[in-house]
Amino acid sequence: MIQQQQQPKPASIDWLTLVLYFVFVIGGLLCIYASVYKEDHPMIYDTSMNYGKQLIWIGLSLFIGLLILFVDEKFFYAFAYPIYGITLFLLVAVLLAGTTVKGSSSWIEIGGFRMQPAEFAKFGAALALAKYLSGFNIKFKERKTQIIAFTISFLPLFIILFQNETGSALVFGSFIFVLYREGLPGWILFLGFAVIVLSVLALLVPALYLCIAIAVLAALFTLVIRRNRQNILTVIGVAVVMMIYVNSVDYVFENVLQAHQKSRINVLLGKEVDLKGAGYNVMQSKIAIGSGGLFGKGFLEGTQNKFRFVPEQSTDFIFCTIGEEYGFVGSFIFIALYMLLLWRIVYLAERQRYKFNRIYGYSVASILFFHFLINIGMTLGLMPVIGIPLPFISYGGSSLLSFTILLFIFIRLDANKVNELRGAFD
Amino acid sequence: MDSTSKQKVLLVIFFSIALVYILRLAVMQLFDDSYLRSAQENVLQEQTIYPARGLVYDRTGELLVYNDAIYDLIVIPEQVKGLDTNEFCRVLGIEKIDFVQRFEKMKRGVGYAPYRPSVFEKQLTIPIYAAFQEKLFDFPGFYVEVRTDRKYQHSNAAHIMGYIGEVTDRDIEKSEGYYRMGDFKGISGVERSYEEVLRGRKGVRYVLVDSKNRTQGRYKDGMFDTAAVAGQNVTLSIDQKLQELGEQLLTNKIGSVVAIEPSTGEILALVSMPTYDPNLFVGRQRGNNYMKLLRDPSKPLFNRPLAAPYPPGSIFKVLMSLVGQQEGVLTPNTMYGCYGGYHMGGLTVGCHPHSSPLNLQGAVAVSCNAYFCHVYRSVIDNQMYPNSETAYKKWYDHISSFGIGHKLGVDLYGEGQGFLPPSTYYDKVYGRYRWKSSTTISLAIGQGELGITPLQMANATAVVANRGYYVTPHVVKKIDGKPNPNPEYNKKHWASVDTPYYGVVINGMQDVIERGTGRVAMIPGIEICGKTGTAQNPHGKDHSVFFAFAPKDNPKIAIAVFVENAGFGATWAAPIASLMIEQYLTGKHDTRKYLLERMLKGNLVHKNDTATAATKTGKH
Repeated sequence: MIQQQQQPKPASIDWLTLVLYFVFVIGGLLCIYASVYKEDHPMIYDTSMNYGKQLIWIGLSLFIGLLILFVDEKFFYAFAYPIYGITLFLLVAVLLAGTTVKGSSSWIEIGGFRMQPAEFAKFGAALALAKYLSGFNIKFKERKTQIIAFTISFLPLFIILFQNETGSALVFGSFIFVLYREGLPGWILFLGFAVIVLSVLALLVPALYLCIAIAVLAALFTLVIRRNRQNILTVIGVAVVMMIYVNSVDYVFENVLQAHQKSRINVLLGKEVDLKGAGYNVMQSKIAIGSGGLFGKGFLEGTQNKFRFVPEQSTDFIFCTIGEEYGFVGSFIFIALYMLLLWRIVYLAERQRYKFNRIYGYSVASILFFHFLINIGMTLGLMPVIGIPLPFISYGGSSLLSFTILLFIFIRLDANKVNELRGAFD
Repeated sequence: MDSTSKQKVLLVIFFSIALVYILRLAVMQLFDDSYLRSAQENVLQEQTIYPARGLVYDRTGELLVYNDAIYDLIVIPEQVKGLDTNEFCRVLGIEKIDFVQRFEKMKRGVGYAPYRPSVFEKQLTIPIYAAFQEKLFDFPGFYVEVRTDRKYQHSNAAHIMGYIGEVTDRDIEKSEGYYRMGDFKGISGVERSYEEVLRGRKGVRYVLVDSKNRTQGRYKDGMFDTAAVAGQNVTLSIDQKLQELGEQLLTNKIGSVVAIEPSTGEILALVSMPTYDPNLFVGRQRGNNYMKLLRDPSKPLFNRPLAAPYPPGSIFKVLMSLVGQQEGVLTPNTMYGCYGGYHMGGLTVGCHPHSSPLNLQGAVAVSCNAYFCHVYRSVIDNQMYPNSETAYKKWYDHISSFGIGHKLGVDLYGEGQGFLPPSTYYDKVYGRYRWKSSTTISLAIGQGELGITPLQMANATAVVANRGYYVTPHVVKKIDGKPNPNPEYNKKHWASVDTPYYGVVINGMQDVIERGTGRVAMIPGIEICGKTGTAQNPHGKDHSVFFAFAPKDNPKIAIAVFVENAGFGATWAAPIASLMIEQYLTGKHDTRKYLLERMLKGNLVHKNDTATAATKTGKH
């Protein structure tokens, strides 16, 4: 009886999520095909081309995805920490013995296959966080809980930063959404937002002007609030902290960030026109998308795409292919479907009876959202150039495989909800 | 905050970002067409297709001028990105300073725009072209354009062919967008006067290029392309063999030969010596060679037959004979005595010893100075006219109707007017009504202020040969196989002397050859009518002058020969004309070896200097 129930019935799998997954993967394959298409290699299964390779990765991903669906769901709960541990170990291993590709030492080579452990650390961390927070007698309000939760979430971030793979590292920032859902107060999200705004302002406006503005605002603020000693001290304190922050942004920007990172941010802020590096990519990316018009230029008809004006088009800038060849309609449909997937995951997560499943679901949604935010924003010139893939669409084996595992674990966990079985770990 | 509202907050964050991106997409894709334009600029490249310039043939159908491929390095400055300047300069074999200077120079040019192709380096040599072709994709913004340069089959006839050269800023402005920097156009000769016929029409091809600037195919299957229209071929009236002989005969002499087919006005040969090899104006050394030729003191670029005014000397007597008859002051039987010259008051025009008195035919034959002074006096001092001025004007109009003193309208650039002094000229010198025949008597024998170009003289010869008319001389017989459409070249211009008056003069000219001063020009079996001249020249030794036509009936060739500072007309000019007439009429010129040898070897210019290296020296 129990044996039977461990296998998910086809009806219990969330087919909408699965269908969306297939739409993205197949659509992505077509976009990769279009963006590296060469007339002398027209066959999509030509493994000398990226699309042929991607086809192999899709096959492998489906196989592993299927495997996950047949694994006992208790496995993920039980092995969450070991999996996390392994991914952390790999991250450190890469630091010591990794292969450097394009300036980032985040690759590990096993028998001719290159993979990025950073990709796999995402679901490792998601599992570990879910397990920890769903643990017996865990209250998020406790300081200790918060510290451990933050550590689980952001430990990979720091290791990956050392690999010089800023993009992948920042992805772990998306766990802030999960923590918010699980009890982190809203002002922290607001604070994060405020810090970003202040940082951008600090880079655009000379620090002195900004400090004067802060002082004026603080003065105005004291006029409208109840002027007791504590409130005034708070306002003054906040203003002073802001001023110190503003002055330190410049220092951090100049001394901590690397040249290419500074350049990317400057290009985004319009302070620098770099037509060879980051600026060129973004410019060509915008031209590709902007020239798509309402319906796009058609499959294999995008000139920006076909004639290789956008660097990294099959990986980080794959959205250009969608924008150029399928136009506004295509881009809109893509974004709508992506939002549908995010909504579906959040919706399913909320339906979960087990906290573990819910937290894991939110982790999946947050990670997918973060990738969307950065990747599409970058191609549209709204975000700095941070090289992270568009999930399911971008070319790249590690990325596809890790997102498949990430999603399919959730599908597997979710398939359990309809079982009448009372979980042993509720 | 409870968990459902936290769920909502998160979804709101997700969806608002999606909304921002969709709005951004809408702005970029639907409301801003600058991206579309940029995308087109990225991939669209406008390439000029140069049509093959028309070929040039001689009257017998021999190819004279054809085209040769040359390779120009073109740059679209806007597309030059991340250029490895050192490597680029190395491949091209230029200095880095040079590289910067070229860009500076390009920017100052007319019609320069960063998105428009400009010529960076003209006429790459084949090895550089090959090296460059391999590296081309490393140099975005640069490409090689193939076009053609002229090649002249023979090293002669430079003054007829002319040459092509790069257009100037002024040319570009005047052409209203046709010419582009680095284009070539005809600068002189037929290349210039038939530029629009020869050049054809440029075509445009729109091609797609990839990010590395490699051509990827046609834009919209060539919907907006225009094909180049090849230039039309031109057949010259020049006889290449005759032209070549003329240049050989004049080698090491300074002078001109013009030969015309009288009935059509077609120029058969036009020799200007010293000359140059037209191929000097081809290729990379074009500019240097031009400067060398320009500085050459012997002025090889000067088109003497068209522009150099010479005193015609005795050959002018032929025209005097005709004008006198037309004015009714001279008949074939008019006799004048010659007593060692013409004496009038204190004035004497000397003459050489000959029998006396003479009638008109005899006077032409022996070239009696006195006789024609009498004729001139009777024309100018004719009682029919109120004064000498009126009579002179009449005389002037007659002479002018032979095509003298004004441009004829030949289809070559650089034609001169010569100088036929109008009455006002003498008014200025002597005062009005203060001059008469004796004052201007030297005109009677083709001396004095008179300046006639060899072309004008040959044309006047053609009038005599035609017994009264000429067709404007021209060098292009056919365009694209069809007769030259210029109506001027199919029209008879009648001189003001009536046909009956020519007979006696022509007889006299025949006598010149058969028993007069031009016996050296005699060719057995061909009736040649000619006249020698020895033109006094204030700057040095007399010019040797001769003009003739042949055969006497139904003439096929009229020729004028001027050899500067060479002495008697019979010594140099007459033999040269004779050899050329023989060549043209019989196809041979070596029946009189001694004469040919003497002409070919005659060196009247630089007996022991080698200064004019760029000047062509003949071969035979």
